[in-house]
Formats: sequence, C-alpha cells, structure tokens
Amino acid sequence: MIRLEDLTKIFRTPNGDVVAADRVNMEVPTGEICILLGPSGCGKTTALKMINRLIPPTSGKIYIDGKDTATLDDIELRRNIGYVIQQIGLFPNMTIEENICVVPRLLNWDAKKARDRAAELLDLVGLDARQYLRRFPKELSGGQQQRVGVIRALAADPPVMLMDEPFGAIDPINREIIQDEFLKMQSEMKKTIMFVSHDIDEAVKMGDKVAIFRAGKIEQYASPDRILAHPSNEFVADFVGADRTLKRLRLLTAEEVARSDAPITSRSTKIDDARQVLSAARARIAVVIDSDHRPVGFVTADEMTGASGTVRDLAHPLPATVPVRADLRAVVSEMFAQDTMWLACTDDQGRFAGVISQPDVTAALRATYTRDRRASEKLEAS
Amino acid sequence: MFRGEGETVEILSFIANNWLVILGLAGEHISIVVVAVGFAVLTGVPIGIAITQSKRVADMVLYAASIIVTIPSIALFGLMIPILSMIGQGIGWLPAVIAILLYSQLPIVRNTYTAITNVDPALREAATGMGMTPFQRLARLEIPIAIPVIMAGVRTAVVMNIGVAAIAAYIGAGGLGVLIARGISQTDPRQLITGAIAVSLLAIVADWALLKLQKRLTPEGLKR
Ligand SMILES: Nc1ncnc2c1ncn2[C@@H]1O[C@H](COP(=O)(O)OP(=O)(O)OP(=O)(O)O)[C@@H](O)[C@H]1O
Ligand SMILES: [Mg+2]
Repeated sequence: MIRLEDLTKIFRTPNGDVVAADRVNMEVPTGEICILLGPSGCGKTTALKMINRLIPPTSGKIYIDGKDTATLDDIELRRNIGYVIQQIGLFPNMTIEENICVVPRLLNWDAKKARDRAAELLDLVGLDARQYLRRFPKELSGGQQQRVGVIRALAADPPVMLMDEPFGAIDPINREIIQDEFLKMQSEMKKTIMFVSHDIDEAVKMGDKVAIFRAGKIEQYASPDRILAHPSNEFVADFVGADRTLKRLRLLTAEEVARSDAPITSRSTKIDDARQVLSAARARIAVVIDSDHRPVGFVTADEMTGASGTVRDLAHPLPATVPVRADLRAVVSEMFAQDTMWLACTDDQGRFAGVISQPDVTAALRATYTRDRRASEKLEAS
Repeated sequence: MFRGEGETVEILSFIANNWLVILGLAGEHISIVVVAVGFAVLTGVPIGIAITQSKRVADMVLYAASIIVTIPSIALFGLMIPILSMIGQGIGWLPAVIAILLYSQLPIVRNTYTAITNVDPALREAATGMGMTPFQRLARLEIPIAIPVIMAGVRTAVVMNIGVAAIAAYIGAGGLGVLIARGISQTDPRQLITGAIAVSLLAIVADWALLKLQKRLTPEGLKR
C-alpha cells in the first residue's frame, strides 16, 4: 500500500515559486493500479519522483506498507521499487540482458539466477530471449525498448512499481498490445502500481483508480467509471471529454450485458416448435445454431406466423457475431457498422454465448448512474 | 640547407648508419610522453569527474588548465629550473615529464568533464532511481559512456606533447629533440631533418595506435 499524506513540493526558481504538488492526499491499496492523470506540467512526474525520493518533498509524508519512507535508506528503498522513467532510459553501453539485470546485480543475485530471470521476462513480453539478450538497445525498435524498460523495472520482482508514461513512445496499435500484455501480467503479479499517463483512454483501461491532477492538486480520485459517470467538477468533465459516456463503453464487456438465455433453435426444427419457443420466451427473434452450437442465422416470429416447414426455409444469415469478451465499444461499433439493433455473441470456441441489443447497452450505461444515485441517496439519508 | 638529391641520399645514409641511436632517442621520447600522459590520465580523469559537481569550480579549473597551455614550453621549462633545482632535478627528464603532465590536463580534464556532463540526464536519473550509488552510477554508466570522448582527449594530449617533448631536449631530457637541437647548433641538415621526420612519424603512429585503442575501449553498444 502506498499512502501520500499532505505531500507538497515547491520548486524555488529565480522566477518565483512553482507549486508542483499541493497537499496531495491519496492511498493506493496493495495490488492495485493507480493512474495519475492530468495535463502537461500538472505535477505527475514530480509526485512519482517524490515516492522514490529522487525529489525531496517540501513537506508531507509518504508511507509504503505503513512505513514512513523518510526513515528508510534511499538506496535500499529504490532497489525495492520498480521504476520506469518517462524517457525509457535503457543504458546504451549495456546489452539487453545487462540492462534487465541491473537491479538483480545491485542486490547481489547469483549471476545465473539473474540471467535466467532476464530470459524469462523477455519471453513473457514476447521477445525471443535467444535473439534479444545479447543485443544492444539501439538495435531494438521503440516499442521493443519500451517493453524492455518495463521488464527491467520488474526484474527483481519489487512489490511497488512507479511507471512514468511507460507506453508513451509507441504507436497506438502497439500501445494497445503492450497494455493488454501488461494487464495480463499484473493479474498474476498483483503489484502496487503508480502509473502516470496523460491519456484518458489509457487511464480508463489500465486503472483501478484514477487521480486527476491540476496544477499540483488532486481534482478527483475515484474509479474510472465513477470519474466518467460523475466528474466532480467542470475541469474533470472537460478533461475526460464530452464523449465520456462513450468512453464508459470500454469498461464493460459483452458478457456482462448479453442475455445468455436468448431463445435458440436449429435448422431442422419445425416452424411450429420454433414459434412455441419464441412465445414461451416472449421474444420476437430466435438465433439458429448448428450442431456444434455455433450461431449461423436467425428467424423472426413475424415471418413464422402462418408458415409451415422447418426453420431452414425461413432462416436469415447473421450479419456478424461478436466475441463475448469484447468490450461494449467494439460491440456498439459493430452494431453501427452492420446497421443492426442486436448481435449474437460467441465464446472462445465460437459457440453461441448470448444476444446483445442496443437497449441492453443503454440500460447497462444507465444502471451505473442509477446505482450511483441510489448510493448517494442512501448516504444522504443516513 | 636542403638542396636536392645529393642531400636525400646523405640523409638516408645517415639514418642507415645511426638507426640504433635514433631508435634509442625515440625510446626516450616515447617514455617521456607515455609516463607524463599516463600520470595526466590518472590525475586529469578524476579531476574532470570531480568538477562535474560544481559549475563554478569546473569553470575555474578549466580556465586554469587553458592558461597553462598558453605558456610557451621553453618558458615553462625555465620556470621549473629554480623550483626543481631545490631537489637537484632542475633539468633533465623530470621537468619534461612535469611540463607535459601539466599541458595534458586541459584536453583530458576538459574532455572528461564534457563527456560526463553530456551523459543524458534521463539515464542518470534512471540509474539513481533504480538504486545505484553515485559510485556505481559512475562505474557502470557514466564512465563507459564517456570513454570515447576521454580517449579523444588522451590522443590530443599525446600528439600535442610529442612536439613539446622534442623541445625538452634543450633542458637535457633526451629524446628525438636531441637530433634537432644538434642539427641546428652544428648546422647539420641531416640530423635536423631526420629528427623532424622522426618526430612527425612518431606523432602520426601514436595517433593511429590510440585511435585503434579508442575503438577497442568504446562499449559495443555505443558504436555506430
Ligand atoms: N527541477 C525543477 N525545478 C523547477 N521547476 C520544476 C522542476 N521540475 C518540475 N518543475 C515544474 O513543476 C511542474 C510539474 O512538473 P512535472 O514534471 O511533475 O509535470 P508532469 O505532470 O509530469 O508533466 P508532463 O506530462 O509534461 O510530463 C511544472 O510546472 C514544472 O515546470
Ligand atoms: Mg512527466
């Protein structure tokens, strides 16, 4: 756990004082990612550097796992905190392996153990260890360097990580990939992470909590959904953007919204039977599945009225399906692209996993608002 | 003095007859420069590193080093005679070595200082932030990155001072300057020209050898 208490930093410069941190109070629970978000110059990097004491605070306290860091040895403290700087900062005179082994070596690890660790980490981020260990930083692309920067900070398995725009220098496509890789790793590592970003999309994706800064002050510190649904003031609302409700689509997956009990039928089913399934479910559409339980088409109640034969005669092909693990933004995007009100979802094996409709999506977005409202009403009543 | 083919033949035969002497003088010459620049590296590199801590001190030290270089070598030898005479070493090998040691400070201190201060501050911050002590940071990051520029300073010092060492013959330090000095006093173009050519050759060879060494010492990852 990291706790900042009235943390303040004033830079005294010839042109007057610059307040880079103004009585910052916050707490990051163990195993969570906290995103420091805000416009350039608002003090994100300064806050981070005070935690590993690269910058001495003017006043206030920093506790890590309940210990006041001012009472700890600086060198010792830093070796136990993974640090990814804003500029990547791989050492050009060292190979990739030597770069990754910097902290293990400082901690006097056995050389073999450190080497094995480097190879393991490289493989973890999809870089072939045999190929990359002996290379030098200049022989890597920007995205590869950034991956190495992150695993170098992870090498000695520190419980706390400070990451200053770790994915800032890469193109949007690769950034998404690295973000996903990192989230997957974090789901096992469970590190306590302070993560600086100036990209609201990244914050929403990566953060358990987001702290929005302005001129050294925290404007709001809450979960991404809460910040998007209930920005605490004009500044936060502006910063997260006018499309903040659309951004919330990324916080939910189709799985959480889709109806898995939607009526299904098969090609060889008699129309009469299919009609009965629909009326029992009080639905107007049934998804047709094949023998492997894969969705292949749909039939409507209207078209089946008065018809006879089997479902095969009336089935329409499905315009598209979406993976049930996709986020709602991808789902809605597909709906708009196909000009359809609903889509069938599939699981990892391509089997039918439910139906998701536009009203379901809007209801899900609304639910957060009403849930929050109810909570605040309860709070007021008590 | 130098008038044509006849003289060329004379010079060549002089070299052929005296090559052992010439080699001996070259050896003396090299020993003066190597010892002096060697000590200059041992003092100049630490000084160059130390002054990175304070811009004011750095400016003062570099200014002093530049002043030293502006003193003509003959004058510097003259200045040292009374001082070193107190330990009975007013002329000879020691004042020559000290003069070259002093002249070498400027390229070595300045290049070391520049190279260390030019290390990307982000790298320095990463090293500190990962828990290196200042000494570890110096040994593992700053000096390896600075090596090519420091070596360039050493090269400058060596080439520059091979010339200075030639003049040291006048205070009895030996070396190839002896040939030049005798060539002038005895109006003997053979010795004069042999000395001059030998000094130039030595400078060229030393520069080439040090360039090789510089390339070898440059960390693999910093090579282009
Ligand atoms: N060493 C320093 N001396 C004086 N002022 C400084 C110093 N470091 C930072 N500042 C000032 O403190 C403020 C916060 O800087 P900081 O680097 O923390 O911003 P940031 O939020 O990380 O910005 P960015 O997104 O551009 O990286 C800025 O106004 C900056 O000019
Ligand atoms: Mg910053």
